Amino acid sequence: MIDQFIINALLAGVALAVVAGPLGCVVVWRRMAYFGDTLAHSALLGVALAVSANVLPILGVVFIGIVLAALLFWLEQRRELSSDTLLGILAHSALALGLIVFALLQSRIPGIDLMAYLFGDILAVNLLEIAWMYASSVFILGVFSWLWRPLVSMSVNEDMARTDGVKVEFVRFTFMLLLAMVIAAAIKVVGILLITALLIIPAASARAFSQTPLQMVLLSMVFAVLAVFIGIGASFYQDLPAGPSVVVAATLLFFITRLRRVPV
Amino acid sequence: MSADDLGFVARGHTILDAVSMQLHKGEIVTLIGPNGAGKTTLVRILLGLMKTDIGSVYRKPGLKIGYVPQKLHLDAVLPLRVRDFLLLAGRCAETELVAALNELQLPHMLDAAVQTLSGGELQRVVIARALLKQPDVLVLDEPAQGVDIIGQQSLYQTIKSIRDKYNCGVLMVSHDLHLVMASTDRVICLNTHVCCTGHPDAVSEHPEYLKIFGAAMDGFAHYSHHHDHSHDVHGAVVPLDDHDEGCQHD
Repeated sequence: MIDQFIINALLAGVALAVVAGPLGCVVVWRRMAYFGDTLAHSALLGVALAVSANVLPILGVVFIGIVLAALLFWLEQRRELSSDTLLGILAHSALALGLIVFALLQSRIPGIDLMAYLFGDILAVNLLEIAWMYASSVFILGVFSWLWRPLVSMSVNEDMARTDGVKVEFVRFTFMLLLAMVIAAAIKVVGILLITALLIIPAASARAFSQTPLQMVLLSMVFAVLAVFIGIGASFYQDLPAGPSVVVAATLLFFITRLRRVPV
Repeated sequence: MSADDLGFVARGHTILDAVSMQLHKGEIVTLIGPNGAGKTTLVRILLGLMKTDIGSVYRKPGLKIGYVPQKLHLDAVLPLRVRDFLLLAGRCAETELVAALNELQLPHMLDAAVQTLSGGELQRVVIARALLKQPDVLVLDEPAQGVDIIGQQSLYQTIKSIRDKYNCGVLMVSHDLHLVMASTDRVICLNTHVCCTGHPDAVSEHPEYLKIFGAAMDGFAHYSHHHDHSHDVHGAVVPLDDHDEGCQHD
């Protein structure tokens, strides 16, 4: 007999997997893994602010994402520090600030669980949240397919994309918003500390089996969904924490794909 | 009818100083000059990839530009066949893709992964992609880099035949002057400012030019040397030729 909460967890996991795979591919192509990580680390601050302002957590996460991107853009104007250093500064200061705001929040709202945000709480997801996740996944995939060619074109070469008439800044900014939305959706599933793994590991696994960008995107969805099923299954039968189990499952799949050579 | 670009530019270190140039339809213009002369900066400003500090750039409204960047690096993490790469330029029928590749002497390549191509092949594929856009202007930044001498000659021949067929303007950046000569209509010598511009034949008949030719053939070590001279050479050539613009420095 399979319990409703497991079905809910699988539904939520699949909703996330189908967007994490494709967006993860672009993150991998454009070498944005560290940017994604920074966005994820700052999500706690976004959630804490949203909860204290009594608005939807996703709004807080997207808002902090925009602030972060603006800060990064401003800091990069001066050339003496590279962007990985700047991202490192922003990631950890945003996380530290998030932890402080969260602690202040806990004194006001007892019972709000930090660990659930850091490592996910997929077994506690309810149907309303699942409906929200599917709605945002459909929206994200819609925008993603609308921007598909510019995104691939920019991954190949930004200068060429620009001379082809691609609005590079617009596409970059919109993609950042999509990423922030995925991270907001992922908090319940794997938590903010592990979301980058769900973005890049399925994409990396898919590479070895793909000859085209589209194949890689579709396969990354498959790998992400597989990881969700294996991870949640393992957590149900072996009583393991669900979020980390999903990430470990994705990693195991990745190492299995390493047995195959890249068909370049 | 023409692609007129005009620019006066200066930056912090004065990369470009009072540079003006035009590119007309059906004309091949080659930009030469030593490293750090501002060639790539000028091209990027003309393409609209960078903003100019002083002066202005004019591109005919609706001008379609095919850009072939210097050393395109394609990361292995992005799976991409030649077909996918070409289609990034826009929707095209299969026959158009094949025709563009044939134009660049690259038959049967549609399904090859771009990462497996040699430097010369990749360069040609990038040019084929630019052609698919039916460009009014083709801009190539150091197209011959990483291509051997024989390959370079045929590459410049190809570029010339593309111009003849499509009647598009071509702007090339190069430092192998001797190979470019045969397939260019006008040379602009750039060293922060425009040293001079003129028809290459007049320049190539000059004895000083032959010296440069030899030095350039010897390789990269002579490169800055030969350019210090070409600066003077073009100045000396000025009275012999009814060139477009005179040398603007003392």
